[in-house]
Amino acid sequence: MKLSVRRSELVFAAGFAGCILGLALATCQDFEALFPKLLSGFGVTVLISLVSALLSIVLALACGLARLSNISFVRGAAIIYAEFFRGMSLLVLLFWLFYVLPLFGIVLEPLTVGILGIALSYGAYGSEIVRGAVLAVPRGQWEAGVALNISPLNAIRRIILPQAVLIMLPSYGTLMIQLLKSTSLVSMITISDLTFEAYQLDQVTGETIPIFTIVLAAYFALSLNISILFRGLERWYALGIRTAT
Amino acid sequence: MIFDWSYAASILPVLARAAVVTIEATFLSFSLALILGLLLALMRMSGVKPIASASLWFVEVIRGTPLLVQLFILFLILPKYGLTMPAFVTGVVGLGIHYSAYCAEVYRAGIESVPRGQWEASRALNMGTFHTYRDIILPQAFPPIIPALGNYLISLFKETPLLSAVAVVELLQAALLLGSDSFRYIEPITLVGVFFLVMSLFAAAAVRLVERRLQAR
Repeated sequence: MKLSVRRSELVFAAGFAGCILGLALATCQDFEALFPKLLSGFGVTVLISLVSALLSIVLALACGLARLSNISFVRGAAIIYAEFFRGMSLLVLLFWLFYVLPLFGIVLEPLTVGILGIALSYGAYGSEIVRGAVLAVPRGQWEAGVALNISPLNAIRRIILPQAVLIMLPSYGTLMIQLLKSTSLVSMITISDLTFEAYQLDQVTGETIPIFTIVLAAYFALSLNISILFRGLERWYALGIRTAT
Repeated sequence: MIFDWSYAASILPVLARAAVVTIEATFLSFSLALILGLLLALMRMSGVKPIASASLWFVEVIRGTPLLVQLFILFLILPKYGLTMPAFVTGVVGLGIHYSAYCAEVYRAGIESVPRGQWEASRALNMGTFHTYRDIILPQAFPPIIPALGNYLISLFKETPLLSAVAVVELLQAALLLGSDSFRYIEPITLVGVFFLVMSLFAAAAVRLVERRLQAR
């Protein structure tokens, strides 16, 4: 989601969302019963998002760079990894990890399975972005590195990546919002994240509208924050870098 | 525990029937997404402030919240207002609405890429807004966005297993039911995984082919 709105509209939207939320809360019978559960679910959602996002970024960088390697074995392995996890349905992958791994004697906590599945999947999507961004850095930058006798590893670290990061930030913001949304799938493998708690609370209390209004607002707020964070990162990262022409 | 090929073969017919449901859901909801998406894009570009804002915020909220939550909302809230639909219909509507938000953005990019001169020429020829869209703008806006729409079709296909959460017996749900009957999960889930992998890799290759054709034009 590339948010294309002005500040005044944002304020308006926040007010509007606040009104709806207030309305939802007003119609809600006992808010005290809902709040602690929803809050703990929210915490789990944030935790899973953060950990799997960090892991997926590491995977994406490794795989994206490996796909540009000269060694055909490394390149092949990275391509297989990326194609496999991009072609796989995340929910099917989660269930596979959940049910099939124990049969091989690998017993993981559901939370670990969720984080692992999401990280593997989004690492693969991210590797496409990393690859594209590195390829978008002008060839002359590599050649300049060679001319200055900088080792390839140092050239990647000091010259190429800093420029590539700036190129990948906008797409990465969108990807991280996708990742946040996909964390709701872990509710299907018994992890009590926000979606899971909402569904359970609904079954118990029947207060469907207030519960799901709060949940929608919470996810939307997180999405907005991610897009604001990435816009900030973009601006911060572009400081002091003269645009290469 | 190893993969039991004869059991895998015995469950194939059940999975094949469920695969039909998955494919039906994919195409029905994508058709809905294409139509709703166009509507949203036209609303956004209508120039009427409240309509454009409504479309913008609808799209942002849909894209900023999980499909699973949206499906639960449709599934749990609509019956409270007396609107009971079969699970399959609810699922298709949910998927369709979710992807319509993505399609709307794609359409908008396509429409904006049509040169201004085309609008001006239509105006000079005294064509109405409707005719300009139908005969001049949309036919030019559509071909360049086919690959992007194709990619969303693939994502939608990969998200159909979410319908299992609202009691649609599509592939994943069928596999889980088989698993709970026989206590063997490895075969059904692996087969479903292979199906999704193969289908989406082929579909991705097809999209790349179309993309290259379009670039060659």
